[in-house]
Parts: sequence; C-alpha cells; structure tokens
Amino acid sequence: MPLFNVMVIDDEIDFMETIVNRLQKRNLKAVGVGSGEEALKLIDQESFDVILLDIKMPGGMDGIETLREIKRRQPLAEVILLTGHASVETSIEGMKLGAFDYLLKPMKFEEVLIKMAAAFEKKALHEGKICGAKIQELRRPGDR
Amino acid sequence: MKKQMYNSLRLKIIGLTLVVSITPLVLLGMAIYYRFARAHEARIEDQVRHLAESQSYAVDFFLRERISLLAMLADTHGFEKLSQPAALSELFETMNRRSEMLGLIDLGVIDCNGQHTAYVGPYDLKGRDYSNEPWFAEVMAKGKYISDVYMGFRRFPHFIIAVRARNGPQHWILRATTDSDVFNRLVKTAQSGRLGDAFIVNTEGIYQTAPRFQGKILGQSHIDPKNFSHGSTFVERRSKRGATDYFAGDWLNNDKWLMVIRQELRGQTDGLAKTRNTEIMIISLGILAIIMTTIFIAHSVVTHLEETAREMDKLNAQLIQSDKLAALGKMAAGIAHEINNPLAVIGEKAGWMKDLLLEEEFQNSPHLEEYATSLLKIESHVERARKITHNMLGFARRMEPHLDDVDIHQILDQTIELLDNHARINGIKIRKHYHSGVQIIASDQSQMQQVFLNLISNAIDAIESNGLIDVTTQQKNGTIVIRIQDDGPGIPKDQQHRIFDPFFSTKATGRGTGLGLSISYSIVEKLGGTITFESEPGKGTTFIVSLPAVAPEKK
Repeated sequence: MPLFNVMVIDDEIDFMETIVNRLQKRNLKAVGVGSGEEALKLIDQESFDVILLDIKMPGGMDGIETLREIKRRQPLAEVILLTGHASVETSIEGMKLGAFDYLLKPMKFEEVLIKMAAAFEKKALHEGKICGAKIQELRRPGDR
Repeated sequence: MKKQMYNSLRLKIIGLTLVVSITPLVLLGMAIYYRFARAHEARIEDQVRHLAESQSYAVDFFLRERISLLAMLADTHGFEKLSQPAALSELFETMNRRSEMLGLIDLGVIDCNGQHTAYVGPYDLKGRDYSNEPWFAEVMAKGKYISDVYMGFRRFPHFIIAVRARNGPQHWILRATTDSDVFNRLVKTAQSGRLGDAFIVNTEGIYQTAPRFQGKILGQSHIDPKNFSHGSTFVERRSKRGATDYFAGDWLNNDKWLMVIRQELRGQTDGLAKTRNTEIMIISLGILAIIMTTIFIAHSVVTHLEETAREMDKLNAQLIQSDKLAALGKMAAGIAHEINNPLAVIGEKAGWMKDLLLEEEFQNSPHLEEYATSLLKIESHVERARKITHNMLGFARRMEPHLDDVDIHQILDQTIELLDNHARINGIKIRKHYHSGVQIIASDQSQMQQVFLNLISNAIDAIESNGLIDVTTQQKNGTIVIRIQDDGPGIPKDQQHRIFDPFFSTKATGRGTGLGLSISYSIVEKLGGTITFESEPGKGTTFIVSLPAVAPEKK
C-alpha cells in the first residue's frame, strides 16, 4: 500500500512520465500531468502529499500561477519546484508563495528523494502524525 | 608603432616651441645689438669728426699766428730795413732767442720782382730769382703762402711761410722756413686711444706730419684727399678683418692741407664688444633655459598622454571583457536552459532503466553487467553536462550581490581549510601572510568565497604537486589587495590574454569548465573591485584581487 500520494506537473512529458514511473517503483502513489490546468482538475478530486511542479511551462498556466492555485486549494500539499534555469528570483517568489523547496534541472533523482522525504516529514508534523518516512525507506538497491 | 607616434609628437612639440620662442628672442637680440652698434658707430663718427674739426682749427690757429707774426714784422720793420742783411740777421736772432717754439730756420726778404734781396739762414739763397715760381705769384696774389713740408738741410722736415707786405706802391715778401717739429707735436696731440692717429696730408695725399702708424713723413699715404670735400668733414670707413677704420678729414683754411683723424673701431669698441658678449650670454642662457623647459614640458606632457592612453587601453580592455562576458553570459544562459530539459530527460530515462534492471527478468540477462556500466556512464556524463550548464547559469546569473559584513581573513581561512586536504595530498603548502590592518567590509560572503575557491584551487591545479602557495593580504588607500601567488609553471604568454574568457581552460577536457576565472572576474567586478594577474612562465603566477574597503553600514 502506497505511503504517500505524489503528483508530478511538467510539460516535458518524457521527463514527467519517467519521474512518475521511478516514484511508483519506490512504492509511492504517483501521478503525472502535463499542464497546470490538468493538475488543478486532479487537485479538486484528491489530496496530495507532495507535488513536483515545473516552474517554466510555456503555453498554458505557468508554474507560479499553478502553485498559487494549488496552495489555495490544498494548503497542506508540499510543493517542490523544478526549474530548468537558475532564476533565483522566480524560485524565491515560489518559496514566498509557500513552496517547500526548489530543484535545478537536471537533478539527481537522489536529490528528489531527499527533498521529498523532508517534505513528507514536514507535512506529517503539520498533520500531527508521527511519520517515520526516512530516505532509506524510499531507496532502492541501485540508488547511490 | 605607438612609441614612434609619441616620439614624433614629442619632437613636434619641442621643435615648434623652440622655433616659436627662440626666433623672436634671437631676432630681438640681433635688432637690439644692431641698433646699439649703429648708435655706437654714430657716436664714434661724431667723435672723430669733432676731433678733426677742432684739431684743424688748432692747426689753422697755429699757422695763422705765424703768418700774423711775419706780417707784423714786415709791417713794423719795413722793406728798407729788412733788406739790410745785418738788420734781418739781428731780427732773426732776436726772434729765435725769444721764442724757441717758433722754430725758424731762415728768414728772407724778396722784392716785388722776385729777387731775394736779403737772406739769413743756412743756404746761400741771396739774389735768387723767384719771379717764375708758382708760390711767388700766389703770395703776390693772395698775400700769404704756406708751402708743403720738405726735408731741410738738417734732415728735418720744414715748411715755408711767406707774407706779402706793402712798401709804398711796391709789394714785397717776407719769407721764413719753419721747423715743422713743433707743428708735428701739435697735430699729434689729437692722437687718441691705442690705435687712434692724427696727421696732415697735402692735396696729393703726401704726409705733411708723421703718422703714428704705417708710413712716415713725406711718404705717400693711402688717403685720397679727393674723397674729402672742402669746407666740411668727411668720414670714411674701411673694414679689414672685422675692424673698421674711421677717417675724418677737415681741410685747413689754406685748402692745401687736410687734417686727418683716424680711429679704429676695434680699439674704441671694448664697450660694444662687452655689450655684445653680455647680450649673447644672456640670450644663450635664455635659450638654454627655454630648451630645457621645453624638453621637460614636452616630456611630461607626452608621458602623461602616454599614461592616460595606457589607462584608457586598460579600461577599454576591461570594458570589452565585461561586454564579452555579458554577451556570452546571456547566450550561455539560453543554451544551458535549452539543454537542461533534454538532459533531465536523458538522466531520468537512464535512471528508470537502472530501476528496471533490478527487475528479475533482467537479472538473468548475460549482458546485465554491460547494461549497468553503460547506464552508469550515461548518468556520469549527464552529471558532467549538468555541472557545465549549472556553472553557465551561475555565471549568467544576474544576481545582485548580497552585502554582508565580510571578514576577508575569515573567508580565506575557510577556503584554505576546504582545500588544505587536497593541497596536502599533493605536497603543496599554503602559507598565509595576513595584514592585521585589513578591515571588515561590506561584500558578498559566498561570492567572495567562490572567487577565492576558484583562485586557490586553480593555483593547486597549476602546481600539480610539491609547491608553495602564498596568500597575502594588504590594505592601503581604501583598497584591500589579496594576492594569491603560486610557484607553478606560469601561464604561457600567448594564453595570458584569454584566461578570463569563458570556456577557456588549460586543464584536460572534463577537468575544468573554463568558467571559474570568468565567474570570478564578473563577481569581483560586480563587487566594485578588479582582478588582475602577473605571470612569468617557469616562475609562477600571482592573481591580485583588489576590493574597495567599503565599511559596513552601522546597524
């Protein structure tokens, strides 16, 4: 039974799908969407523990808008921002809007897991649950 | 090329200034000297002319006196008495006794027919007929006569004075021969100076008195009396070997003798020469001063220009470097961003494949090992590319420096501690020479750390093994200077101008991104400082970071 519910939002579909697959391999309930609009639809249907959100998504809603909406609808969901460029200002803006942390693409999958574990912990604390989610539990033998 | 330009500029300034300042000086000097010399000459001319006039007057007076004396004797004694040789002889003796200065040699009485009726003197002239002599006619016509000078029997120069007297309707003549010595002495009183001369010549230019130089009495002089008009004085100049002779002539009243005063300018012009020498000396000193000043000014102006131009070049180079970095930064950021997304996909796909390899069906594959190795390789190269793109982004980051209270020594300590292990393994010793006066400044702690990390790790990489790194700090004139000196191989001359360029690296491919120094450069620049280096191939390299010592705001 999956421990946590994770959503990955990225318009780079290949990337999004792969991350989802890898998270699922580690016993997480993960779902991926390619745009902010789709993400909001899902948000309304179920609650998520951690959401990985790409800041730069040309076309539809951009990352910051999506983040604002997520935080409005599910304040307890922890959002980790993903960005392909080192726009510190954007990341800082994201943090001000309540994002948990940000990661610079391409990142090591290990980093994603560490940040997620920290986010789970924080969320668990918020919800008053003692949660033993440790990074070791998420690791698979192939991870460094 | 530039050196040549500055040299020609220097020569132009010197040449033009010298011409413009020295020419008027020399012209003025020449004009003053010319005017002065003219005035001097005019004065000497006046002097000589005046001397000639007054001397001629004196000589005239002398002659007139003797003529008057003879006329008086003739008038008082009368023809009858003087025709008697005894009476004439007595008179002659009396006169000579009374006045030696008269210098009379003989005395004679000639009647109206030209017969020498009485004569006292050394020659036997009694009874001589003078009626056909030109001088007899002259005395008869004019009443008096003075002859040219001739050598008398005692080998002394003499001349004859004759006056006409009246004896009833008859005219007769009293004639005396005069020793011209007295006369000579009188003329000589006008000889002035070392080179001045005074003499009398007759209408043929024969000396009537002895000149002081060049010639003797009765000799032919080089004076041409025709040059001297009657009734006035004439100044004639003759130049020979730089000396000018002034001849002033004044005809005596008898119109036969010319009183000549000669004055050589050389003898008279000590004052002029002195003035000229003084002037030349002053002008020379002036010219010397002008030359020295001009050279000095030209030198300092050109040196200043050269320095300014050099500063400008340096500034331009820095500006170009900044522009280059900015442009490259923008491009790098664009490229990095475009590459990061596919890179992320590649990395994650490889990761996914790795995940899948753990599945059972793959565990039995004979190529499992090779798949795993290949995936690791893909991951490690994605990691390598990631480092590069992240560096590029960091380099391009338009981030305002965050100002902290920064203790340079503390940052250096931290950085050195971080690298010390790596250095020690390679046998490299890092020495610190901190200056105690370095103040806490307002700067960006983490960016400074990045700069020092880059510079010191570059130094370690340059040395490779066994060497020394000296880290020195200094504060002077509001600037903190940090020197990081290694004793590595140095930077080859042909690469020195490129070391701050992005992606320029001397390290082996994969070892360095070539961004460290460009990032350091833009960081230090953003913090208001400069970063320079000195490198000598074979001896090592020193990087010099200068930061403005900006005091932190008081909190």
